[in-house]
Amino acid sequence: MNDQHYNFAYLDEQTKRMIRRAILKGLAIPGYQVPFASREMPMPYGWGTGGVQVTAACLTPDDRLKVIDQGADDTTNAVSIRKFFQRTAGVAVTTATPEASVIQTRHRIPEVALTEGQILVYQVPIPEPLRFLEPRETETRRMHALEDYGLMHVKLYEDIARHGAIATSYAYPVKVEGRYVMDPSPIPKFDNPKLAGCAAIQLFGAGREQRIYALPPYTKAVSLDFDDFPFEPTKAAGACAICGSDTSYLDEVIVDDAGGRMFVCSDTDYCASRAEGQP
Amino acid sequence: MSAGPLFRVEGLSKRYGARIGCADVSFDLWPGEVMGIVGESGSGKTTLLNCMAGHLAPDAGRVLFDMKDRGMVDTVTMPEPERRRLVRTDWAFVHQHARDGLRMGVSAGGNVGERLMAVGARHYGDIRAAAVDWLGRVEIAADRVDDRPRAFSGGMQQRLQIARNLVTGPRLVFMDEPTGGLDVSVQARLLDLLRGLVREMGLSAIVVTHDLAVVRLLADRLMVMKDGRVVETGLTDQVLDDPQHGYTQLLVSSVLQV
Repeated sequence: MNDQHYNFAYLDEQTKRMIRRAILKGLAIPGYQVPFASREMPMPYGWGTGGVQVTAACLTPDDRLKVIDQGADDTTNAVSIRKFFQRTAGVAVTTATPEASVIQTRHRIPEVALTEGQILVYQVPIPEPLRFLEPRETETRRMHALEDYGLMHVKLYEDIARHGAIATSYAYPVKVEGRYVMDPSPIPKFDNPKLAGCAAIQLFGAGREQRIYALPPYTKAVSLDFDDFPFEPTKAAGACAICGSDTSYLDEVIVDDAGGRMFVCSDTDYCASRAEGQP
Repeated sequence: MSAGPLFRVEGLSKRYGARIGCADVSFDLWPGEVMGIVGESGSGKTTLLNCMAGHLAPDAGRVLFDMKDRGMVDTVTMPEPERRRLVRTDWAFVHQHARDGLRMGVSAGGNVGERLMAVGARHYGDIRAAAVDWLGRVEIAADRVDDRPRAFSGGMQQRLQIARNLVTGPRLVFMDEPTGGLDVSVQARLLDLLRGLVREMGLSAIVVTHDLAVVRLLADRLMVMKDGRVVETGLTDQVLDDPQHGYTQLLVSSVLQV
């Protein structure tokens, strides 16, 4: 039931064209942040305005959309964005990762390996990995241009000096194809290995900051580290209380006021499909 | 060691609109030599230093540096990536205010290690060992390595800044009033330290200051500036003991005798 007052997928065709050009440029230069004229969307900044615009520019009427928020299909952000596209584009939706052709995600990569032909769209709050080290935009752009990334390691050095290990656990910077250092959006560093060599197209949209960047399929993305403190993807020790998986990324859930807690898969679709398969 | 000078400035000029920052400055600096630049406030010393160090683009003139493999290269027209690499390896810049030259939010060890990491060091243990070693050389206790510079006294901050700059073993150090804002006993210790490091590492240095005592102790040669122009040059003792130019005579006689 497409709402006829809107153009397909909310944005007008000229805007989608502009965004597609930015996406193509981003794909041509993996990891490079392409500026684009971000539009006002009918949702507040921080709710995924960048991701929504990228998704809108990618959608065709034949697509099947999946939206996840921290891995879950049923949280507020995921539900409202899914509804938004159901209403403005009338596309089919799904919660099953293998069936979706476009997946918009906030802060997770699905557990099931993605395949060729799928597009994974990330919502990005702060696209600049150097932002908290160097506040001047002119300077960070120059640093990217000159491949001047020593400062990134100063941050990791500080982590080890203060905590004894690299304590950065999300938004862990990666170097793309040996050139650009990229912020993979605030995904847990557990997901970082999945960025590299992924068969799907990965697109990153930052609405407030007006940047789009991308990883084409099968791109190299190396997490930064030190020779004697190598990168380690981390997760909570334990297994999911529902499906029993001990390899997926876990959320800790407080269940009562007495300190009771349980671990469950953060990827609800993965968890449900495993639980179904069990007797 | 090559036979020629390490660093050469030819006809360097910088204007701020109609006003002169510095005009037509030329000199050679030889390996292991320390050059002092003195003059009153507004005489163009700092403008000259910033032009030489690549912080400001000069309007005219050349700034040549002896790159080990390629001889004298003009650093003004050099591509930016190459200049950045030079600034991180063979050059060093000591600011007057330590907080301009330090990252105040980063620990002392991180400050010293930054240049190493910028030129490709990727082994935490080695970087830390180098940081501790350099803190020792500038007389900062090894147990302060994880403290932020905010927690340091002014003199310690200045010494930390020096360690941070010298860690990559530069050949040329620019110093802008290195002892400004420190009390006299701390100044004396800092000068002692600087003199030791300069001699020990065979550094060449260009020291800008208005303090004649500093150049008397550190500099081999002296350049006196007034209104953006060099009015007198010569060996330090020669210029200070037998000043020729009227302005230099005024400068020398203005020093308070205790």
